[in-house]
Amino acid sequence: MTIKSRLHIPRSSARPGDKPDFSYLNLSPAGSVDKPPIDVRTKDIEHLSLELVRVLDDDHRAQGAWNPNLDPDQLQIGLRWMLLNRVFDERMWKIQRQGKITFYTQATGEEAVSIAQGMALRPGDMCFPSYRNQGLFLYRGTKLVDMMCQCLSNTRDMCKGRQLPVLYHNKDANIFSLSGNLATQYPHAVGWAMASAIKGEDHIAASWLGDGSTAEADFHHAVTFAAIYQAPVILNIVNNQWAISTFQGFAGGERRPFAARGIGLGVPGIRVDGNDFLAVYAASLWAADRARRGGGPTIIEHVTYRGGAHSTSDDPTKYRPKDEWKSFPLGDPVERLKQHLIGEGHWSEDQHDAVIGEYKEKVLAAWKEAQTHGTMTEGPRLNPDGMFDDVYAEIPAHLQRQRREMRALED
Amino acid sequence: MPQMNMIEAIRSGLDVVMAKDPNIVVLGEDVGYFGGVFRCTDGLQRKYGEHRVIDAPISEGGIIGTAIGMGVNGLRPVAEIQFADYIYPGVDQVVSELGRLRHRSGGEFFSPLTIRTPCGGGIRGGQTHSQSPEAIFTHISGIKTVIPSNPYDAKGLLISSIESDDPVIFFEPKRIYNGPFDGDPDKPAVPWTSHPKGEVPQGYYTVPLGAAEVVEEGSDLTIITYGTLVHVAQAAAKLVGVNAEIVDVRTLSPLDTETLTQSVKKTGRCLVAHEATRFSGFGAELTATVQEECFYHLEAPIERVAGWDTPYPHAFEWQYFPGQKRIAAGIRKVMDAK
Repeated sequence: MTIKSRLHIPRSSARPGDKPDFSYLNLSPAGSVDKPPIDVRTKDIEHLSLELVRVLDDDHRAQGAWNPNLDPDQLQIGLRWMLLNRVFDERMWKIQRQGKITFYTQATGEEAVSIAQGMALRPGDMCFPSYRNQGLFLYRGTKLVDMMCQCLSNTRDMCKGRQLPVLYHNKDANIFSLSGNLATQYPHAVGWAMASAIKGEDHIAASWLGDGSTAEADFHHAVTFAAIYQAPVILNIVNNQWAISTFQGFAGGERRPFAARGIGLGVPGIRVDGNDFLAVYAASLWAADRARRGGGPTIIEHVTYRGGAHSTSDDPTKYRPKDEWKSFPLGDPVERLKQHLIGEGHWSEDQHDAVIGEYKEKVLAAWKEAQTHGTMTEGPRLNPDGMFDDVYAEIPAHLQRQRREMRALED
Repeated sequence: MPQMNMIEAIRSGLDVVMAKDPNIVVLGEDVGYFGGVFRCTDGLQRKYGEHRVIDAPISEGGIIGTAIGMGVNGLRPVAEIQFADYIYPGVDQVVSELGRLRHRSGGEFFSPLTIRTPCGGGIRGGQTHSQSPEAIFTHISGIKTVIPSNPYDAKGLLISSIESDDPVIFFEPKRIYNGPFDGDPDKPAVPWTSHPKGEVPQGYYTVPLGAAEVVEEGSDLTIITYGTLVHVAQAAAKLVGVNAEIVDVRTLSPLDTETLTQSVKKTGRCLVAHEATRFSGFGAELTATVQEECFYHLEAPIERVAGWDTPYPHAFEWQYFPGQKRIAAGIRKVMDAK
């Protein structure tokens, strides 16, 4: 018997040099988890937060009640957007490595989280994303060139040179401004959803954060408010196993899945195979329907894997096995949807390669265009005067004075 | 003209704008059914319903965070933080989100949130119900900070704050909720009915943000202050027997530098007073501003009177509070300087 208390220090299952070990992941077979009606009582579906909703089996066939039975053309659309997301990320990563932008974050391996849920939502639904949701921006029609210009902080930058690369927004497409602080968007989504209900509208809100960020107070504020007022909101936890160097156990993922975080407040959770496009789509649609019809919030935990480094400033070989992603039992969302479509006779390797080729050209063309609006070293530059705009609705006297002061020194 | 105390004036301000604009919602701890621990929202839920006057859980971070989201969705939320001393769990949302949203999104998103919160001591509140944390907020770009000193201004400034597309932190000096307070705790309480600024129109009017007010004209020195200390400073000036010009800052940020400096240029002497702790307090900003703008008009060093740099002690409230004696001593120092 232990006679003294000792700290439990969570240890990841594998570090550099170790054999990857994902035995800690509780995996349910595809098609094995039941799909309840949306008016189900939370206490009757607690198991959904512990099991794993999966549709695609190991042979890439769709199984079970969560199969959304999407038309092949819808699935092709999903695959195409995921491919664009990946091709875009690859190019932007290289561009950062060439020193042409200061920073970048890829969504490699997590593309289904943004694209599948993006497709399950309606255009009027408001998204409060995190910094790996560029797929949402793409799917909702943000132009590649606009995203690149944001990363360049150039004359066409939507943020007017004020934000780190990837902290986009798209007001017309109902995507909120990315902050860079973690989890702060979660209560915003809940408040937005409350306002929607107050106004009697049927729009819902959705927000995303990582497994690591669930430890932030804002996560708990948001879930509490969502539970109390039954706000029409989907609260996504993207469990990509790694928060920079700390594995998901450091956010408290060792004993109960993140999907179960809301159970104590009566918020249902669905733990979903985040690399299974069909499962993410189905779970998102279920939660969206439930929210839209007054059923309140749902937490969706997307079990996925951060295929790349945390950001361009990170070197994951220092803290995790180099080839860990290859051993991840839920694979790669792009590859899995591709194989599913090929198996169903609605896609081919040739088509796949052709789309990748087409997107590479499209991305390259966009990059060429983006640079005409200015780069970090050449071409047109933003006027620094603009930093004094938009601090307030109108520029107050002291900021006008400071702008004059700055100008006087610049001239 | 109707007589109102500051609580009634604030309630009237909320009522007037809520009747006018269906997008205005109120949320906070105890604000709904009960009407607020200081009664500022009394009756509003009965009148406007549970969807517009919302009882919130004890979660200042959650109140401010969700209110920001409501503002993004076209509402004009007025959040109450029960005591300014409780605001800190929500400060990250104010600093990192509320104050920067418009700027970081290239002017496309904003949240016109007003955060009302009672501040200040002199009510036997100890160190967790007496603080004046205004300087924390004046240090944040993108938000406005307001502190009224009387019922008339409270209503007019509150309406301006709610209608402003910029976020506003609206501090309510709770010692003067029920009557002006001259700093002498041994005197019987005086109601607002005896004060000209206790006359408050029933309907809609505004007092502009960003405008200080000369509440008493004078020629010997300028006292720059705000909130409860406006009344204490007036009493202290009488005590010393000087003809002081008293400037009520009203909006701390953005600051009405013009009104302040015009007064000091006229009098040539300046004392800055506030209840908050002195070191890095808002008085430092006021003092620096006056020094920069009025140096060649000054006949004496600028004097600062403020709360001591300690927590607000329960048993020694009146030793802590910068009352008449402390301000009077400051006035004498400024006047005696050659």
